[in-house]
Amino acid sequence: MIPLAHIPTPHVDFAGLSPLIAFLGGAVLVLMAGLLGPRKVREHGVPLLTLVVLGVAAWLVIDQWHANKALVDGAIQLDSLSLVLDLVLIAAGVATVLLAWRSQAGREAGHGELQALLLSSIGGMSLLASAQNTVVLFVGLELLSIPLYVLCAAEMRRERSLESGLKYLIVGSVGSATLLYGLALIYGATGATSFSGIASAITAKSLSGDTLLLGGIALTAAGFCFKASVAPFHQWTPDVYEGAPTPITAFMAVATKVAALGAFLRFFDTALIGSHGEWAPAIAVLAAVTIVVGNVGALGQSSLKRMLAYSSVAQAGYMLAGVVVGTALGVKATTLYLIVYLLMNLAAFAVIVARERETDLGDSIQSVAGLGRQRPWLAWPLTLSMLGLAGIPATAGFVGKLYLIDAAVSGKYTWLGVVIVIGSMISLAYYLPVVAAMWMRDAPEGALEPAVAASPAALPVIAGGSPELDDLVDAPAAPARGAHLEVAAVALIAGSATLFFGIVPQPLFDLVQHVGRSFGL
Amino acid sequence: MPALSILIWLPAACGLVGAIASRALAGSPASRTIPGALALIGSVAALALSIGYIVEYTPGFQSAHLATQTLQHVTDVTWIASLGIHYKLGIDGLNVLLVGLTALLFAVAMLAGNLRRERTPDRPHLYYLFFMVAESAVLGAFLAQDLILFVAFFDLMLIPFYFLTGMWGEGERSQRVRATIKLVIYTLVGSLLMLAAAIATGVLASQQHGTPITFVLSSLQGLHLSRGSQEWIFLFFAAAFLVKMPAFPLHGWMPDGYKAMPIEVLMVFSGVLSKVGAYGFLAIVLPLFPQAAVHFQMLMLLIALVSIVYGTAVAFTQTDARLIAGFSSVAQLGFITLGIFSLQPQGAQGALLQMVNHGLVVAPVFFIILLLSRRAGGSEDIRDMGGVAFRAPVFAALFLIVALATLAMPGSANFVGEFLILLGVFKSKLVIAIIGFAGVVGASVYALRLFIRSMHNRVGPEVASREISIRDGLVLVPLIGAILFLALYPQPALKRSEGSASSAVAGARALTEPNVLRIAASQSGALASTQGGSR
Repeated sequence: MIPLAHIPTPHVDFAGLSPLIAFLGGAVLVLMAGLLGPRKVREHGVPLLTLVVLGVAAWLVIDQWHANKALVDGAIQLDSLSLVLDLVLIAAGVATVLLAWRSQAGREAGHGELQALLLSSIGGMSLLASAQNTVVLFVGLELLSIPLYVLCAAEMRRERSLESGLKYLIVGSVGSATLLYGLALIYGATGATSFSGIASAITAKSLSGDTLLLGGIALTAAGFCFKASVAPFHQWTPDVYEGAPTPITAFMAVATKVAALGAFLRFFDTALIGSHGEWAPAIAVLAAVTIVVGNVGALGQSSLKRMLAYSSVAQAGYMLAGVVVGTALGVKATTLYLIVYLLMNLAAFAVIVARERETDLGDSIQSVAGLGRQRPWLAWPLTLSMLGLAGIPATAGFVGKLYLIDAAVSGKYTWLGVVIVIGSMISLAYYLPVVAAMWMRDAPEGALEPAVAASPAALPVIAGGSPELDDLVDAPAAPARGAHLEVAAVALIAGSATLFFGIVPQPLFDLVQHVGRSFGL
Repeated sequence: MPALSILIWLPAACGLVGAIASRALAGSPASRTIPGALALIGSVAALALSIGYIVEYTPGFQSAHLATQTLQHVTDVTWIASLGIHYKLGIDGLNVLLVGLTALLFAVAMLAGNLRRERTPDRPHLYYLFFMVAESAVLGAFLAQDLILFVAFFDLMLIPFYFLTGMWGEGERSQRVRATIKLVIYTLVGSLLMLAAAIATGVLASQQHGTPITFVLSSLQGLHLSRGSQEWIFLFFAAAFLVKMPAFPLHGWMPDGYKAMPIEVLMVFSGVLSKVGAYGFLAIVLPLFPQAAVHFQMLMLLIALVSIVYGTAVAFTQTDARLIAGFSSVAQLGFITLGIFSLQPQGAQGALLQMVNHGLVVAPVFFIILLLSRRAGGSEDIRDMGGVAFRAPVFAALFLIVALATLAMPGSANFVGEFLILLGVFKSKLVIAIIGFAGVVGASVYALRLFIRSMHNRVGPEVASREISIRDGLVLVPLIGAILFLALYPQPALKRSEGSASSAVAGARALTEPNVLRIAASQSGALASTQGGSR
């Protein structure tokens, strides 16, 4: 008889893990459901099921709202930060499902792949934002990234989409590798993989100036910066955002940022807080560079998606300010800004999706010209979103920036607060022309006439297509043109929330009240 | 009197109801007139309320050491608890007259909009909605007693003007849109810097004094910052306010912006928005950063002086009537800055009075320019005007009253304002006051030039002179009435403003002349009576 090796297994608190289980189990469920039924049922049943899964996950999150516990032997922390970020991710997921409901991407991957990949990516993000261990951190990062590479290329018949997916895959892999290398160096310096172990090793062995550790920190920061599109690691962002299907772009812009900033907060403000004096000035400089590069890059862009991509780079810079200061106030300010950022971007992307379907102009700024007269219900959300992103009072963006600057000044980074407002000034020069296009210009001639639905292009060879295959498989028809109710609803809800929280911000502050609690800051 | 929140939000609510009603009735003719009518009702109601506040206002009690000014009609609600930001409103001697000015100019602009015969604006529901939101924001900026609330209203008030100018402005569309974006960016640049400075004020004050964070002005006044912090914060605030005024090196947005605005918008923009900047100096900068104010006194006085000289010089070389009025505003606002940074109670009080006076004269000037251009074939160039007075004696007389008030004729309230300003500057910086006198002389040159070239001289090629209509007269009469009232009876305005004006400069004054404060109270008390007596 060979004695069975005894492997001690950690206690698993399934209640605490339930949101994660819901995301990943839901992904399997959705994938299975995609195989059932006729096409029509599938096209509406799968998104509906995804929404149900997300709803269940939201309920599981809210059910343990006041939890603050370590799960799986301290590998994951379930606390206010992870719960709030989970909720933000679920909101982003719901919006993406709605935006993609009748999109081309959803039709081509019509068997639930899109929704399943979305769910597993959200699972990865949730894991990343609650990781307490470098190994879990890396697993979470990969779980969020790999589905996204595929999602970017979800419109298989459009070369730009494939190009976008490929670019993201290559750049993203470099980012992951850099991060992994950095984590390895940190492990080498501290001998620990858990965040608390790293933190105590840094203080116990007074490692804060250690070369190995600093090298590790630099590489880790670079890896995170790739994901959060922080300059100078942001170059992929405009191309990928522009090429990816717009609902996916919206998801990337919002959810990836949430996860990456969440991980940034966790890793730098818990594990590495002991060497705060070393990394904070460097990250502060990165933040300032990002704000300038993002805002200057966005100037003069005629594609709204590219403009929003650069704007998201700049916004990442603002949010880094909350990481830099390394205080509980900073954590709260960044979290609050993430929520605000979600609302403002969803409103903008929903309007872009709607206009892509209504006009032939794609995501060009021309597509929203004259919108104020034609479709005031789309023009108002986009107006509020643009003003909010610029930080105008009476929008949530103002409150978010207020809190970030407050955190920066309190944390003795007053100059970074000034850089934030300088960035906002530059940003007016590209947000206001969008508003001007909507309200002060006329719609281009004939833009509203829906074009004759072009027969879909053949599947490119890179996506596994071949002439023989094209004869065998009939391509799905292009989606019906015209305004779609669920897209307008996303725009309206996000837009009015932007306005509401600008005037009554207290609920947001209550939400992030306890976020810094488990950080020991 | 009802709460100040009603005064602030009533216009915006009327604008919103008008917009909704207009949409609900879309298609019927009423949908085009309802928004304007509601906006008029809202702005007139706000005017009535603000007159009530002015009448009811009683100047506060002055103690021997420091002229303390108690706020009246205070509303104080916590807005963002974790940041110590309050929604606090209140009336004091600094803002009571300016609130009245704001309400008056908006009501007159609404009257002008409703009486316009030639056209209701395109998309009237949005036009009046933005106009009324603008009024709410400006009133909010004047009444806010919390630093962040002030900054929020200050930034917010620009957005409706962006839409108003871009959507209903004059001139070719792409040019207009560009001018609008330039205007907004220029003015918001300063405002956003001010946001950072305002947050820093609250945070640093709480750090340096170890008190919980607050942005309420009255609490911040007790927590003086260290000198180094005061200086950079002062510069950020000054940038915001000087751009808004505009003062000399920061006026680049003004010519294009003024040319692009519709006249009704320009009346309130030039009449009121520039005053918010000057008000900010008095209500926020001087009380909170007295050391920096003393430190930068000379710089500010020089900026003011250059604005006066430059504005005056350009005003009498321009031929575009709007720009003459625009550059004359630069000079007038220079005078106001001069008075504020004399750091003397008389100067501050004169500046405050002059803010009201300037608002009251510049709005009718712009409206008169509109009337002139209608008689000169649509041109606003004074070379195309001339000889309008021959068939329009009433119009000429009304214009003459406004022109004489503009050049601060003795007997006008502007004379009292400029006199007090120069008196204040004489006491602190003699040379500057002497050069400033040149501006007084220059003002008569450009004001009379505008009047003579348009009303007299050779009849212009396209000019068809006709008397002012009853509708247009209705717009001008309230403004000219207010000018005449203040000219004949300045006592109420002086009495309401003196206590607050001297308390605004008290902190800075204590640094420059530590021993004069004892006599300050009696002196400024006597001041109002001598002014009243000498008139």
